Formats: sequence, structure tokens, C-alpha cells
Amino acid sequence: MYPKDLRYSSEHEWAKVEGGRVRVGITKFAADKLSDIVFVELPQIGAQVEFMQPCGVIESVKAVSDIYSPVTGRVVEVNTALGDTPEVVNSDPHGRGWILLVEPKDLKELDKLMTVEQYVKAIGEEA
Amino acid sequence: MAVDQLKRTSLYAIHVRSGARLVEFGGWEMPVQYAGIVEEHRAVRIAAGLFDVSHMGQVEVEGPGALDSVQRLITNDAARLTTGGGLYSPMCLPTGGIVDDLTVFRLGEQRFFFVVNASTAEADFAWIREHTTNATARNRSAEFGLLALQGPKAAAILGRVTRINLGDLTYFHMRDGVEVAGVRGCFISRTGYTGEDGFEVGCPWDAAPRIWDALMEAGGADGLVPIGLGARDTLRLEAAYMLYGNDIDETTTPLEAPLGWTVKLDKDEFIGRDVLVAQKQTGVPRKLVGFEMLERAIPRHGYDLLSGTAKIGHVTSGTFGPWVNKSIGMGYVTPEHTRPGNRIAVEIRGRPAQAAVVKLPFYKRSA
Repeated sequence: MYPKDLRYSSEHEWAKVEGGRVRVGITKFAADKLSDIVFVELPQIGAQVEFMQPCGVIESVKAVSDIYSPVTGRVVEVNTALGDTPEVVNSDPHGRGWILLVEPKDLKELDKLMTVEQYVKAIGEEA
Repeated sequence: MAVDQLKRTSLYAIHVRSGARLVEFGGWEMPVQYAGIVEEHRAVRIAAGLFDVSHMGQVEVEGPGALDSVQRLITNDAARLTTGGGLYSPMCLPTGGIVDDLTVFRLGEQRFFFVVNASTAEADFAWIREHTTNATARNRSAEFGLLALQGPKAAAILGRVTRINLGDLTYFHMRDGVEVAGVRGCFISRTGYTGEDGFEVGCPWDAAPRIWDALMEAGGADGLVPIGLGARDTLRLEAAYMLYGNDIDETTTPLEAPLGWTVKLDKDEFIGRDVLVAQKQTGVPRKLVGFEMLERAIPRHGYDLLSGTAKIGHVTSGTFGPWVNKSIGMGYVTPEHTRPGNRIAVEIRGRPAQAAVVKLPFYKRSA
């Protein structure tokens, strides 16, 4: 359920290294908690994002939540498909529901994030 | 309010067993969702949904002065009610501000039954008692559980667990002293807060689980599902029903809200009348309107409403409407901005998002 090759933040984002870049999304735990996601406000391409600072907004029917960047760097791509189908974040949070792709300043920053073992323990679930 | 000891309805164990997510609401621990807001919302529009609204309050006023007291308390006209009839009304302060919005039913020549909001139930009872003369006001909130059964299949489902001929029970009518699912001492009204046909079923407090289970069993094949407060809010907002504490409160009058139809200035004196007469003559300083977003963004309670860069009001309710499939909201604006089609903006996270004023409600069921 929670892939081993991702790193996880305390605010329930995931980070995945892909050829020197970092793909970012929110975890299944967060997507389930939010439920019924109806809007994702994406950052601009080229925007600078800072480690664990807000970089976007996700809205369910009921609530508004910030998305925190699990890495410092520059946004090189955003998942524009979420404009029409934000519900994909619910149905496939670790895959097609990705949110942004970042050119990181320093990949070592990801060491500050949790491993899958640490994350599932933090949320009290099975890996 | 101290929230260390939340009140629970007699259906609490059923909610937990059904996998509900529970939240605090008006001092009560209530289900906000079961399967999910969108799924529950659609079930009510297509089939039927069952809501625990036992947290709502009931006040009975009985005695020779009952009608006069009710007439003094509410802006609508209870004199036209025959036994079994009911109406929706604000109850106002002398300032015209709204103490609560409620339903009141005439259960006898000298007997009236109020159903009031949970968060205001205690204050409502104090206010009703204070303004009741030559009759007795009783707070009966603790005696009754209340279930709402709403949706196009509601009448068929309820008909399987009661002998009452529901075809005779028309909109905004109540029958009391009836038996439902073998439970005596129940009342049924053809009312709701969803925009669908439906009923509210009151019963002795501890009997609510029995009626809940009987309805779920009788309606399961029709697609009846339990509905939490989350979908209750999106359903009522699509139908443009007011939410007390959000859309209306002690600082807003029924004429500023779209409740002019409930203000009967031609009846005798009632609390708030002078202010409402004056507002009718000089015009209201602001008016609640509905609006739809023209871009993908969701308005929320408290956001500013703009015309150009000028603030013209604020959002009182907003959501993504699961059935109408667009972002919708309501809010107060200055009178020159109330015309349907008028362009306004909602300030969302520092940026103006475009919206258009629309006629309410957002959703109306086809007959």
C-alpha cells in the first residue's frame, strides 16, 4: 500500500527520486482522511519551493488543506490532469495522483524524511 | 462551550459500528460521514438516505394562550394552521436579528410543537418560555430521538414500517401519536433539509436504534444508506436552505436573508416587527445571494466577496456541490449586486476568483 521507494513527510506528502528530480504527492493516508478531493491548486512551473513550506492547496468537499513541499528546489512540472480530474488523488495517490515534479537543490534533503517503515508506524498502519 | 463532555444520541453505537467518522457539532458527537460525502449526497438525490438528527430540540407550548404566544414569537403566521399543519419560520429578537430558524406544527387547538436547531436549543427554550403567556412551554428535547429519511424512495421505505397512510401526509404536515416499526409514541412529519421528498420521524429517545435498524432493513434493497452531517450540509446548500450560525444569526434579519416570504407583517404584533417594517420601507443594507464560481475554485465561509477591488460582503456558505457539479456559495452583498448574472469575485487565498450571482436554489427536484 505504501511503496518502499518513497520518502514520507510528517505532513503526509511523499517524495520519489526520478533521475535526479523529485516527484511529489500526498499519501494514501492523507487522501483517505481528506476524502472527496474536488480541487487541487498547483504551483506555477518555475516557482521556488522550500522544504516543508506550503506549495499548493488541496480541497475536499469539506475542507481546505495546504500541500507542503518535502524538498527545496524549483518546480519543473505540475500534474495539470488534476485540473479536470482531482479525484485521481483519491483513487491513485501514489501514482497518477502525483502533484508536482521538483528540480531539487540538494537530494540529501530527503534524508530528513521518513522511510516507509517509519511512516506506517507514525500513522499506525501496515505497510 | 465546554467540549470535554460531548453529548451523544442513542444512535451513537450504530454510527461507530457503521464506520462513521465522528465530529463535534453544537456540543454533540455526531457522524460527519460514513462512505463519503459525495457518495452519500448522490444516494439521497437518487434513492434515499437516513440521518440521525436526534441532536435537534423540541419545545411544546400548550394552553389557552398557546396560539397568541407562538404568534408573538415567530414572524410567520401560525393562525392559518389547522391541526397537523406546520410551517417554517425565523424567531426574531426585537432588533429583527434571528434567534433561530425552526419549524412549528399545530398538534391541537391549543398545542404547538417547535423543532429547533441543536446548537440553539437551550437558548430557544429560554426565549420561548420567557415569551409564552397563559400557556406552558416544555423543553422535550431529551425525550425524543429524531431521524430524517430523505430521497425519492423515502415514502416507499417508510411505508413498509408504519401503517400510517403516507399519501395523506402532505408537505409540512405532522402526525403524532403514531406507531413506527412497532414503536409507539412516534411522530412523522413530511419535511426535510435536502431538497428531496422525505420525512422526519420522532420517537422516544431510546427507541431510535430500533427504528433506524428497521428502516435500514426495509430500505437496503432500494439503496438506502446512512448520511452524515457533511452531506447534510452539501444537500441543504444545493437546495439553498439556511444554516443557522452561518447564513443567518442574531445580526441578520429575515429580510436580509431570502426569508421575506416567512415575514407576515399583516398579522398582529410579533417580536421584531417594528424593525422589519422599517427595513421593508427603507430597504435592507445587504441581501443574501447565491453565486456560482466561473472558475475552478471553492468559496468557503468567511471569504470576502468583491466587486472589482471593493469588498461588497462575505461568503456565509460555500462548497463544491456534488450533484450540481459546480462550486457554489451564498453570501451577503450590498443591494446593488444582487441581480442574477451580476459578476462578482470571491477572494480566495489572496486572489480574486470570478463568480456570477444566480437565482436560488441551486437545485430543485423535478416534480
